[in-house]
Amino acid sequence: MSIDILMPALSPTMTEGTLAKWLVNEGDSVNSGDVIAEIETDKATMEVEAVDEGVVAKLLVAEGTENVAVNSVIAVLAEEGEDASSVSAGGSAPTPAVAQAAAAPAPAAAAPAAPAAAPVSAASQAEAEWDGPTKTLSVREALRDAMAEEMRANEQVFLMGEEVAEYNGAYKVSQGLLDEFGSKRVIDTPITEQGFTGIAVGAAFMGLRPIVEFMTFNFAMQAIDQIINSAAKTLYMSGGQIKSPIVFRGANGAASRVAAQHSQCYGAWYSHVPGLHVVSPYSAADAKGLLKSAIRSETPVVFLENELLYGDTGEVPDSDDWTVPIGKAKIVRSGSDVTITAFSIMVKKALAAADALAEQGISAEVIDLRSLRPLDTKTILASVRKTNRIVTCEEGWGQSGIGAEISARIMEQAFDYLDAPVTRVYGEDVPMPYAANLEQLALPQAEHIVEAAKAVCYK
Amino acid sequence: MATRPKKTSPKTADPKNFSAEQTLEYYREMMLIRRFEEKAGQLYGMGLIGGFCHLYIGQEAVVTGVQSAMVEGDSVITSYRDHGHMLACGMDAKGVMAELTGREGGYSKGKGGSMHMFSVERGFFGGHGIVGAQVPLGTGIAFAHKYNETGKISATYLGDGAVNQGQVYEAFNMAALWKLPALIIIENNQYGMGTAVGRASASTELFKRGQAYGIPGEQVDGMDVFKVFAAAQNAVDYIRSGKGPMILEMKTYRYRGHSMSDPAKYRSKEEVQKMRSEQDPIERLKEFILSAGHSDEAALKAIDKEIKAIVTEAADFAQTSPEPQPSELYTDVYV
Ligand SMILES: Cc1ncc(C[n+]2csc(CCOP(=O)(O)OP(=O)(O)O)c2C)c(N)n1
Ligand SMILES: [Mg+2]
Repeated sequence: MSIDILMPALSPTMTEGTLAKWLVNEGDSVNSGDVIAEIETDKATMEVEAVDEGVVAKLLVAEGTENVAVNSVIAVLAEEGEDASSVSAGGSAPTPAVAQAAAAPAPAAAAPAAPAAAPVSAASQAEAEWDGPTKTLSVREALRDAMAEEMRANEQVFLMGEEVAEYNGAYKVSQGLLDEFGSKRVIDTPITEQGFTGIAVGAAFMGLRPIVEFMTFNFAMQAIDQIINSAAKTLYMSGGQIKSPIVFRGANGAASRVAAQHSQCYGAWYSHVPGLHVVSPYSAADAKGLLKSAIRSETPVVFLENELLYGDTGEVPDSDDWTVPIGKAKIVRSGSDVTITAFSIMVKKALAAADALAEQGISAEVIDLRSLRPLDTKTILASVRKTNRIVTCEEGWGQSGIGAEISARIMEQAFDYLDAPVTRVYGEDVPMPYAANLEQLALPQAEHIVEAAKAVCYK
Repeated sequence: MATRPKKTSPKTADPKNFSAEQTLEYYREMMLIRRFEEKAGQLYGMGLIGGFCHLYIGQEAVVTGVQSAMVEGDSVITSYRDHGHMLACGMDAKGVMAELTGREGGYSKGKGGSMHMFSVERGFFGGHGIVGAQVPLGTGIAFAHKYNETGKISATYLGDGAVNQGQVYEAFNMAALWKLPALIIIENNQYGMGTAVGRASASTELFKRGQAYGIPGEQVDGMDVFKVFAAAQNAVDYIRSGKGPMILEMKTYRYRGHSMSDPAKYRSKEEVQKMRSEQDPIERLKEFILSAGHSDEAALKAIDKEIKAIVTEAADFAQTSPEPQPSELYTDVYV
């Protein structure tokens, strides 16, 4: 059987080219890999190699011919034992089926009009109301207890990061863990975020369940490639074969008087990425319940804590089994006039604002988002349909922020319920300044939330 | 698992110490990679494979020799120039080719493409498109082997270009610090895209790149499968004994462009031709096989024919396997 040699495409966008030169003559024998021709595109001259062996029976396109279409037959090869002189073009392999497939390489999988089935796997229900015994714990202790309990329950869980072991954590979150679990499972790393994050993700590929502590999330920018390109995307790129059951946790957001490089909220950044779950708790109970869920999750979870909250205390269910599902917001104060959404330390400010608003006769409903991805749109929409007004709060910058996202979802799904424009409260659009007065000015405060809430209530 | 079961273990690179069976297995494996890659190049030219497609032609002896020193349960990770590694890990040519064409029957159901393929079953962890990122990942796989005391090792392949990434050294440091069972194979094919090693690396002795961490390194003729195997076997023994990582720098050469659309202006045709005619790993092996009397021309032709059939079948499968269902768009984002 003879073999057609087709004009090859040398790049995904090439449709035609010039056949600059033949390096073989009719009658020559060629082997796989032999260079048989040179072709030119607008970008470069390239060589065409034979893929099959045989004798060149016919050269169908003359040297110097321009605009030769990709996939047209340029030569015919006779296979071993075949009479080269009797060979004709087009009667042979590659079969027409191939040519057809090549002619229509467009994906058949046209995107459906609306991405109805957004694949974010939210929990179907929030945690049940806890009526058992509780303990008063700081957020710091709650986080530590969550890790300790999960490490006791599952040998595959381990903690790694800078100063997590012998120093007991830069912010003392891992206090006592080295003593209990030893250096195999509580691992001090060198200062090498990209490296140890990649190592942790590789370990997760193998089924271990690493908890990676970033001293703060500012330093995780060194590792963001491994978090997104390796942890978040590999399940998809492997067609579901490789999971990354890993938690990336540490302090996020503005700390106090540490200036621009150490004070930034990454909530919006990570919430952008399919394949990740992103949570950012406020209360001690949620810190514990969400961290336990994160450690048990098969999905990589970015767990954003806040340094200024570590010492805050709260009542935490006294149970190893109690968890908070990822993807569920919590109404932390009910109200009827305006909805306020917040997460992490902004919940504290939102609650303070709600108190102030109550004194002025405005009843605010405060939603602690808790999870940023999946974002609990349902709870937000239900509240907005009741109050008809919403103020979103976040410490991070406004552009492409969490508030911007919530605003868009409300426009799409609850536009008719709004009695006032969605209003966002967010950090000033500047790097964080150091000076005490400027830092105060850069951060959104309870007063800003009060003002915004009054504005949407037209008061 | 990392390689097909086949083992004689001469510790020297002297080809005379290798059995005829082993030698022919090397020939078969390298030939499969070469023919597979040529076919991939052809399908690319026909528009059936899209995007980036990095061929391994010229480098076959590296992965073939190294993988034959590995055992069931060892793990492998590499960059985007990964087709040869997958075949050497025993992954099915049909599934690999169908991934190249973006079809349902591909290893990643068509969602990963040439640069991102995996097989947990065969111990192959990708297929990674970010130059250098596979080095910490492979080190993490070694970490898991040590953590779970599997006695198995992790082999991480990287290029001469990748070797300048910072995270590579972060990983070397921790691999040595924690004595992880990590085999590092630097495939020095002389170029990172269009940049010759000497234009990118202040020192071109890449096997010395672990020196600062006390990681032993060795330079190996990567065009000689026997030498590759012997070096890999020694390294694997060292690593399995718990001494920590080791680096092998394989001097090799890629015949084709960096990816399919490579204008090849950075090196001369003569240079490529000289390599092909004087160093070709398959030709060298073939000559040895014939001179040692392990086989004759006719028998080798028969092997070639078998391989051609495997590759043709893979190419047919890659064209007839359907494109993924539209609903696949949404699967595997979350567990
Ligand atoms: C982080 C990153 N930077 C740049 C690229 C683009 N790129 C892809 S391959 C490559 C050259 C790598 O050369 P080398 O490591 O020698 O591997 P080889 O291609 O020779 O196998 C570059 C720059 C990339 N994929 N990732
Ligand atoms: Mg290279």
